[in-house]
This record gives sequence, structure tokens and C-alpha cells, in this order.
Amino acid sequence: MAEMRILKERERQIGQVSAGEELKILCEKKSLAGSVSQRACVFCGSRVVLYPIADALHLVHGPVGCAAYTWDIRGSLSSGGQLHRMSFSTDLQERDVVFGGADKLYSALVELIDTYQPKAAFVYATCIVGLIGDDVEAVCKRVTLEKGITVLPVHSEGFRGTKKDGYQAACDALARLTGTGSTQGVGPCSINILGDFNLAGEIWMIKEYYQKMGIEVVSTITGDGRVDDIRKAHGAKLNVVQCSGSMTKLAEHMKQTYSIPYIKVSYFGIEDMADALYQVAEFFPAYPQILEKAKVIVQTEVAALMPELRAYRTALNGKKAAIYVGGAFKAVSLVRALRLLGMKTVLAGSQTGNPKDYAQLQDLCDPGTVIIDDANPLELSKFIKEKDVDLLIGGVKERPIAYKVGVGFCDHNHERKEALAGFVGMRNFAREVYSSVMSPVWRFSSRRGGDYIPFRETVVCKAH
Amino acid sequence: MLLRHTPKDIKEREALTINPAKTCQPIGAMYAALGIHNCLPHSHGSQGCCSYHRSMLTRHFKEPVMATTSSFTEGSAVFGGQANLLTSVENIFSLYKPDVIAVHTTCLSETIGDDIVQIIAKAAEEGKIPADKYIIHANTPSYIGSHVTGFANMVKSMVKYFSLTTGVKDNKVNIIPGWVEPSDMREIKRLAVEMGVASIMFPDTSETMDRPQNGQFDMYGTGGTTIDELRATGDSLATLALGHDASVPAGELLNAKCKVKLYELDIPVGLAATDRFIKTLSEAAGVAVPESIERERGRLVDILTDNEQYFYNKRVALYGDPDQLVPLCEFLVDIGMQPVYVVTGTPGKYFDERMAEVLKGVPGAKFRQGAQADMFLLHQWIKNEPVDLLIGNTWGKYISRDENIPLIRFGFPIMDRVGHSYFPNVGYMGAIRLVEKLLNALLDERDRKAPEEKFELTF
Repeated sequence: MAEMRILKERERQIGQVSAGEELKILCEKKSLAGSVSQRACVFCGSRVVLYPIADALHLVHGPVGCAAYTWDIRGSLSSGGQLHRMSFSTDLQERDVVFGGADKLYSALVELIDTYQPKAAFVYATCIVGLIGDDVEAVCKRVTLEKGITVLPVHSEGFRGTKKDGYQAACDALARLTGTGSTQGVGPCSINILGDFNLAGEIWMIKEYYQKMGIEVVSTITGDGRVDDIRKAHGAKLNVVQCSGSMTKLAEHMKQTYSIPYIKVSYFGIEDMADALYQVAEFFPAYPQILEKAKVIVQTEVAALMPELRAYRTALNGKKAAIYVGGAFKAVSLVRALRLLGMKTVLAGSQTGNPKDYAQLQDLCDPGTVIIDDANPLELSKFIKEKDVDLLIGGVKERPIAYKVGVGFCDHNHERKEALAGFVGMRNFAREVYSSVMSPVWRFSSRRGGDYIPFRETVVCKAH
Repeated sequence: MLLRHTPKDIKEREALTINPAKTCQPIGAMYAALGIHNCLPHSHGSQGCCSYHRSMLTRHFKEPVMATTSSFTEGSAVFGGQANLLTSVENIFSLYKPDVIAVHTTCLSETIGDDIVQIIAKAAEEGKIPADKYIIHANTPSYIGSHVTGFANMVKSMVKYFSLTTGVKDNKVNIIPGWVEPSDMREIKRLAVEMGVASIMFPDTSETMDRPQNGQFDMYGTGGTTIDELRATGDSLATLALGHDASVPAGELLNAKCKVKLYELDIPVGLAATDRFIKTLSEAAGVAVPESIERERGRLVDILTDNEQYFYNKRVALYGDPDQLVPLCEFLVDIGMQPVYVVTGTPGKYFDERMAEVLKGVPGAKFRQGAQADMFLLHQWIKNEPVDLLIGNTWGKYISRDENIPLIRFGFPIMDRVGHSYFPNVGYMGAIRLVEKLLNALLDERDRKAPEEKFELTF
């Protein structure tokens, strides 16, 4: 294929880190119409954030597609009920689009609530609902009154913006739940875990670290989440926010309404994970034993981890990685984690980063690293080849791109199958990176556009 | 129990679909368009639609799936998406250089009433379409039909935009394969070659959705039906439209537009449907069935007779699309099995008519199509009276696990296993593969569950 060019309109969304010069990445822009964008919509953002709440009902109001494509697709695990893994849709038909879908929504809600008696219900408004003008708010109010179960509308019409706007819509819905339960019995050393979605059971590990430190976890929002816990989340003394892109809005809301401060953390990589525990411990200075315990946890876990990591590091030293993930905050953690493995990040990008994120990435990355916002597959493959990348970290749509170009891949998105958070997660991450980068299969493949000639051995066996 | 929330008591639902056995039109249009050579599917709607379809197709095919989107905003929702589509066309031709842009609509653009024909005309007027490049479109409102309807609509558009009559008949047969895998398309083409029939297959996703690794990321792969081939379909002797829902609408249009004789057939899944396919192909092309095909058929019959004892009276539950379910159930009945429960979310009376006929000898068989014919209902039926085997897409793994029933993956999407892109289910060889899968599932289960005193070495 001929060498690709980068569209003029995209040029300012891509840049290269150079020493002593500040790079300004244009971001938070709408995707160019007609691009193969890797981004999604408002509904997608709301749905992924709220769906891990396992004892709530999640009803998608729209034609069947939106419910079908998001049926248990994220892999958020629950320690109890699994209601969130069902796919409920009003399955709007043509007549509903003409005459309105509010009645159908009402019947569907009543049927579902009668069957499941959920703790609360979320109703996701999709594109079409915004157009035909169903009064979702009114239906939710009516059902709440009639059934005594909180029914919350999520204003997630796809066209209203990007995934980020969907996070906002989700936070708005969550904000209506917090502050509605009794905080009696919530202790002084208590936190909420925000922005972890319990992929591969990650929140269970994080929660265990905190509990070992003597911290009470009031609610997990939303991984393995429960409605009643969220109702009393305002009783916690601190909000600990990961995946800041999705949850900062809720943390801000709780800070203003209930005066609960928040800190931003990341659980990826040893440094960030340890830092998260220390930051939380330091928030409770009146309880110095918490910090002591945190130190013990970090020491024990790191000591257990290091011998294995060292072995991987020896093998991976000097290998190059490209990162293209949803939120730029995650990219920052990944650059650090890769560095710990001796790997160099030569491309770092995200779907939804903001100027602050990109500035931070720039500070962290070595000169020459390409920083990219809202990349398309052609751009990704171009830089993979140019920068001689050994590993791409991304999500479902990036995986086959990496393999076609002949480089390793690590899913750091919805489709991870091993926990990547926490100290154990760092070990899993290292194993995954190692197994992909060092896989024996690459020697049979063409790599990064280079030639592989399958039958070049002229004499394979002797003829007699 | 992942689906512990499925109660055994069946209540008629009015307004609710749970665990759907279908999805929406646009993804079908996208898959069909990927079967045109150098074609970029374009989703005229919000970004999310395009992203979801690409993700699901990627999970199924493990291939890069390229498609663009009009990236609707609130402004477009109010004022219409014309500006977005025009900008898209310009950007796509300059950046991605496809031969064809295949636009499909979404519930959003349908409801605001964007007139795609007019917008394409405007793009042409403004010189946004380079010479020898094309834009085609299909209307695919998500609130009508299902993913199969969207596939059918895009295939129909291929005829609408490209098929031509020169007045001179060409000695070829058109084959519209329906919504099948790249492997199935390959196999159908192989059978045509084996028969000595020159064919044009459209759409054709072999070499686009099952590409070899070559160290390059390229947008389109080398496969797909070319524009010249699509044009030539109008001069062919006949069209074999495989599948009532996915293929017949295009076949009918080709018949109306270019007077190409239409044969309506099932997708050749199983023995009888493949027999009909081979016979029709021989009739349409005026060729005899070669001995090599008879020998293939003989091998299938041999494996069926060798193993008939294991199939007898086994109860099977199936879900998926009508075009596949009809011949598949026919095959199961033909080999002595009992397809007792069958659901499809894809609406249409055709399914009811055919299923009534196929399942008339199966006592207590239940089948249903449309909005509430979902996997929740299927699961409830199973809870009330269990089955030995489940056949359908990946979503069935919940029921399989909860009810301890083996699952054979068949249909779309298969997101947790590979093989479907490479090994066909159609034709006699495909049927042999199906038999192998059926036997493996049943006999593995028997081995796994057998008490020690009944555990046997050979079957």
C-alpha cells in the first residue's frame, strides 16, 4: 500500500516529544466526519460505567442494537447477583418511533420490576429516544412512585457527544443515588473506590489491600457495585478515584455536596499502586498504623514480585511499545509500568485525553515519542512500522491491527482476561507482555512491513 | 448460575426483549459491504454505532474491520447529516482511497429523514467523487427487521447501483451466498468450479475477512466482488439466491432489473439443502453433476450411516437467523435428531411456514420468531424440559453453563472460539464438519458424565 499521509486537520492532534520544547496536542475535538475513528458514543460511556452495578436493573430504551452490542461485553464481575449480565431492551419498532415509545418503556419497567424486584433501575436513553421525544424522566418518576423502587434516567443519546459525555451522564445518575441512604455505622477511616470496574476481579484485590491497612471500603463504584452501598457512599471520608476520566465528575459532586475530598490514583504498575496506598494512608494522619501497614503490604508484595519481574526485564530490555488506550491517564501509568520492564514507549495516545493528560505524558516520555489523540488505524500502523514497535497496548479494535503488522499485543481494555491492577496485576501484565513480545510465532510472520519469504530454504530435505 | 435470573414460569411479555437473538440492521449492511472489493462501509449516524459494529465483527472474525462514520453531533441531529456526509466523502476518498463507499443509515439518520440519494447526488455535483469511484447506499433503520434485513438491503443496493444488461448473455451464474462465513463462500465457489460452472459471487468476504498475515496493515484485503463483476451480474444466465431473508430480495431485484432468472434456495447446510443447491446449479448452468461431487456426497452419507445410533432422538435447542436455522433443522431431522426449540429474533412469517413444515414430525417442537423470541424464552423452555444439545452463537454459553448442556457454536457472533472463518458449514464437506461437531459434543459429554463402570474406550 502506498505511504499514507496524515490529513491536514489531524496534524495538530499528533506530535513528537522533543527536549526543551513544549508540545501542544490538540484534543477534546470531535472526530473528523469520515474517519475510521476508534471512538464510541455517549451511550457507550454511560453503559460501561453503570453496568457493573450488579443488583440494579439496566434497561436500554431504544432499538435492539444498543442492548445487543453491550450485553455483558465488558466482563465486569460480581461476587453475588448477576442481574447486570442480562440484556434488557424495549426493542423499539417502527410504530414506536412514529407514536412514541413511552408506553412501551413503562410496561417494560413494570414487567421487569415485578419479576426482579431490583434495588434500583437505570433507563438508558439512546439516540432515537432523544429524537422522538419520549419523556423518559416522567416515566421513571411515575414508576418510582408506583413501585417504590428508584428508577433513574440516564441521558445517554449517542449523538450528544463522545464517550466522555456518557461518563458525565452516568455520574449524574449516580449522583442521584448517593446521599439517599443512612450512613450510620460508617467509621472514621473509610473510603469509596471510584472508577474501577472489576474486570478480571481487580477490585477484589484492591479492596483487600485497603482492608488489610485497616481502611473501611464503604462502596465500590461501580465494579462489583451495589445500590445500597452507593446510597451511603456519602458517609465515607475520602473518595479514591481511578480512571479519572469517568469518575471525577461524581467525585467533584460529592466534594461540593458532602464535603468529601478526593484523590486521583492509579492501580497499574508497582509505583502507582504503592503510591495509591500511601496517599490513602496519609489522608488519615491520626491513624499512623495505617501507613505502617501500607508499607508492610508494599514491601511484602514487591519482594514477592521482583525476582520474576527481573527475569522478564532481562528479556524485554530495550524493546519498544506503542500505547493506544481510551483514557490518557491510563497511558501515563502504562509508560511507567513498561519502564519497569525495561521497555521504551515510542508512541502514546488515547481516545479521550485532555490537555493536562497530554502534558503529563509529554513530561514522562523520552524525546522522540509520538503523542497522538484520536488516532485512526492507518496512523497507528504507520507509527508501529516507523518506530519499530515490538508491542501494541490497546483494545478490541487494535488487536488485529497489531497482529497483521506482526507485533505483540496486550489488551488493557475491556477484554483483559487477567487482572492487571495491583501488585499481582503487575506480574500478570509482565507475563502477558513477555509472552506476546517473545512468542515464537513471530519468526514465521512478516513483521512491520518487512519481507518474510516462506520458502527461501532451497534444500529442505535430501532427495534419494 | 449466571442466568439465575431466568425464572422457569413463562409469562407472555408485551414490551420487552431479554437477551436478544438478533441485533440491528446496520451491522448486517456493514458485513455485506465488506464483501465488495476495495469498499469502505460508512455508517451515517453517531460514532457509537460504527464502533460497536466494528468491535463485534472484529471479535467474530479476528480481523481488522474498517468502516467510517459521519460522527453525528447534536447539530446534525437538529439540522440533518448532509454536511457530515459530504465532509466524510471528501475525507474518505482522499485518505482511505476506496473504490466504493457503501453508506448505510442508522435509526438516527433515518428518523431525522436524511435523503442519502440526494446527498450522493450533491457530492457528485460538487466534484467530491473521483472518476471511477462510487458511492452506494442502503437504508437500514435499526427499528425494522434485524441484522439480516440490513445485510439483505445492502446486497440489494449492489444490484441497484451496479447490475447492468449489455444485451449479450454471459455464460455465468450469480450466486448470492447470504450471511455466511468467508469459509462458506470459498466452499460454495469451490463447488461451482468443481461443477465446471463460471460464477459471480456477491458479496464475497473471502480474502477480506480471513486474510493472511503479511506484515502490512491494509484497509481492504485482496478479496471482495469487483465492480466489473457486479456490473456483469446483469448478463448472467441465472441467479441462485441462497436464503430467503438475506439473498432473495437482491435476486428479485436483479430479475426485475435485468431479467436474470432467479432460483430461490436455502443456504446449502446439510445433505438435502446441498442436494438442492447442486441440482439447481446444474440446471441453471446446464451442466451435469460430476462424479467427484457424487463421491463427496457419498462420504457424507457414509459418516451419517456409520454414526446414526448416536443422533437418534437427541433433543436440540437452536437460536440464530432463519436462513441458517431452516436448513440446519432440516438436516438434524434428516439424521434422526429432534430440534425441539428454535427461536430467532429476526421477524417474518416465512420462518413460521418453513419451520412448521420442517418440524412437523418432531413431537412437542416449539419455534418462534420476532421481538419476544429471545434467548430468555429459549432458556425458559429448556428449564421446563431440558435438551441434550444447544446450537447457536457465543451468547448461548450462559445457558450451556447453567444448564450443563454442550454448546455447538454456529452463527453470528462467535466471539470466543475460532475456526468458523476457515472451515465451512456448507456443502457436503461442511455437513461432514457439522456431523463431526455434533458427535464430538455428544460423545465428549457422554465420556465426561459416564460413571466408571460405564466408561467405554470405543464408540
